[in-house]
Amino acid sequence: MLSLKQRRSLNTLLMGVLAWGVALAIFFPIFWMLLTSFKTEIDAFATPPQLFFSPTLENYTLVNERSDYLHFAWNSVVVSFGSTIIGMMLAVPAAYSMAFFETKRTKGTLLWMLSTKMLPPVGVLVPIYLLFKDTGLLDTKTGLVIIYTLINLPIMIWMAYTYFKEIPKEVLEAARMDGSTLFQEIWRVLLPMSKGGLAATVLLSLILSWNEAFWSLNLTASESAPLTALIASYSSPEGLFWAKLSAVSTLACAPILIFGWISQKQLVRGLSFGAVK
Amino acid sequence: MANLTIKNLKKSFGDIEILKGINLEIKDNEFVVFVGPSGCGKSTLLRSIAGLEEVTSGHIMLDHKEITDLAPAKRDLAMVFQSYALYPHMSVRKNMSFALELAKENKDVISTKVAEAARILELEPLLERKPKELSGGQRQRVAIGRAIVRQPKVFLFDEPLSNLDAALRVQMRLELARLHHDLNATMIYVTHDQVEAMTLADKVVVLNQGRIEQVGTPLELYRNPANRFVAGFLGMPKMSFLPGKVTAIDVASVTVELTSGASVTLPASGENLRKGSAATVGVRPENIDVVEPSESSLTGYMDIAESLGSDTYCYVKTDGQETLTVRMPGNFACNYGDRIGLRLHVDECHLFDEQGNAVQKPSRMAA
Repeated sequence: MLSLKQRRSLNTLLMGVLAWGVALAIFFPIFWMLLTSFKTEIDAFATPPQLFFSPTLENYTLVNERSDYLHFAWNSVVVSFGSTIIGMMLAVPAAYSMAFFETKRTKGTLLWMLSTKMLPPVGVLVPIYLLFKDTGLLDTKTGLVIIYTLINLPIMIWMAYTYFKEIPKEVLEAARMDGSTLFQEIWRVLLPMSKGGLAATVLLSLILSWNEAFWSLNLTASESAPLTALIASYSSPEGLFWAKLSAVSTLACAPILIFGWISQKQLVRGLSFGAVK
Repeated sequence: MANLTIKNLKKSFGDIEILKGINLEIKDNEFVVFVGPSGCGKSTLLRSIAGLEEVTSGHIMLDHKEITDLAPAKRDLAMVFQSYALYPHMSVRKNMSFALELAKENKDVISTKVAEAARILELEPLLERKPKELSGGQRQRVAIGRAIVRQPKVFLFDEPLSNLDAALRVQMRLELARLHHDLNATMIYVTHDQVEAMTLADKVVVLNQGRIEQVGTPLELYRNPANRFVAGFLGMPKMSFLPGKVTAIDVASVTVELTSGASVTLPASGENLRKGSAATVGVRPENIDVVEPSESSLTGYMDIAESLGSDTYCYVKTDGQETLTVRMPGNFACNYGDRIGLRLHVDECHLFDEQGNAVQKPSRMAA
């Protein structure tokens, strides 16, 4: 028989092994992508897959020669930051009024907004494509910023609403008694008090916009195509080149991975806000 | 100068009427306490004065200037919240100077005023701390400091002591009373604690179900409650009520037969009473004596006695199944189930008619 203490430490051990197992399973595809990007095309195709090989940078050189990485990366940056900034400017006032001036219809409105996320995007592809075509927004960064803002707005409002709900109404009332205007009340009291949660909202919006592929593939050609479109362009009709595809994917993922790594503390704190008190 | 006048103020949330026509006059330098059970509308009334709630109809006037529809910031009032509502991301100093900064006050003026408030409230060593590094009492003082620096016409307090523990509450109560003397300011204070109301107020406003039941000094209300509600609300322990029937009406006295069969003759003007109608005798715990059963017609059994050291509160069941509270000296000895007699100080008793309104005493009418 195991003592209670032993059973407890066994439990801790098992949980640790399980956690590592899950973490490795999630990380494995990224690891494999990184590995493949340094293989030759022949090594990349080999069965059984090879873990040991002589690394090469030729894929990266080739990708760099064939396409202008910086052009696509810049588009990604502009589009994700642009949509996030505009999204936040809309989400904060919307969430403010819903959190602090709740009416009978607020809950319904929130659910309705979220329900738009449940619609398969392909269902509205044709109308949106036609709208973009008629307004000259096809293959423009402006067009992508608009569509990204709209698809992420429900989540941003929902998140900001949740964080604002945690803030005692009296503090804002105190600010009002102290003589702040609406803008001062939001800028000098509400935002500093919810900055952790709002930072998480910003990060999530940036990540979602950076990784978005459906609309960028369908609404852009080359001029304003972001990195996701660049990856897709490597699954070419003349056959798949795994190594090159991995190289370009690594290049596309790297910035957001590094960004996520740096800001993970903020992200985790923001996403678990309210759950742990 | 700060005279606040409230005229026929009404406030509804949807179909529910919270304030049903409030009329009130608050004079300069007065300490006014709104007291009542929860849900009576006292907080809503305070928030309406502050401008945090829109009123449905009626007028609020400050020094004869209509402020009913003004934004909270434009009313020249400061409020101290129950939850303190400090800005958690600002230091104590910033919390106190925030309003002055918004008003674009001169930097030197701001630091002088903050220093002065910090001195009054003994917050000087804490000025650079954040609210979360303070104790409850210190936070409360910062909240008061935030109000003081603005030198408002009227201070509004919304149950400011209810989040503090008992000992601290007594201490802060004294500090508030001192502050009122030192600042010479008009203060409106909301509480459900009748001890705070009795000790702090120049004027007590008793509210019940959205209406004012009575306005007066604490002692006026204690000695001459206008109705059963006010009589039962003020006083600790509560006034005991003995239901009965009017059996005789004289020039300056009324005789009531209680359910237990005992008769009580009280000094009262019986003009509006009829023989045979229901009436209630109200008697405070300090106005009853415990005597031998043979010495009184009102008899009963000792239920529970609570010994507080200075006093003993005896809860007595009469033969008519009425419950009475009697205050006896601390050294009073008795046992559960003891048979006792009760003698009421009839001059100090209160008589209420069928509607619960107080029947006036002849002496008061003469005066």
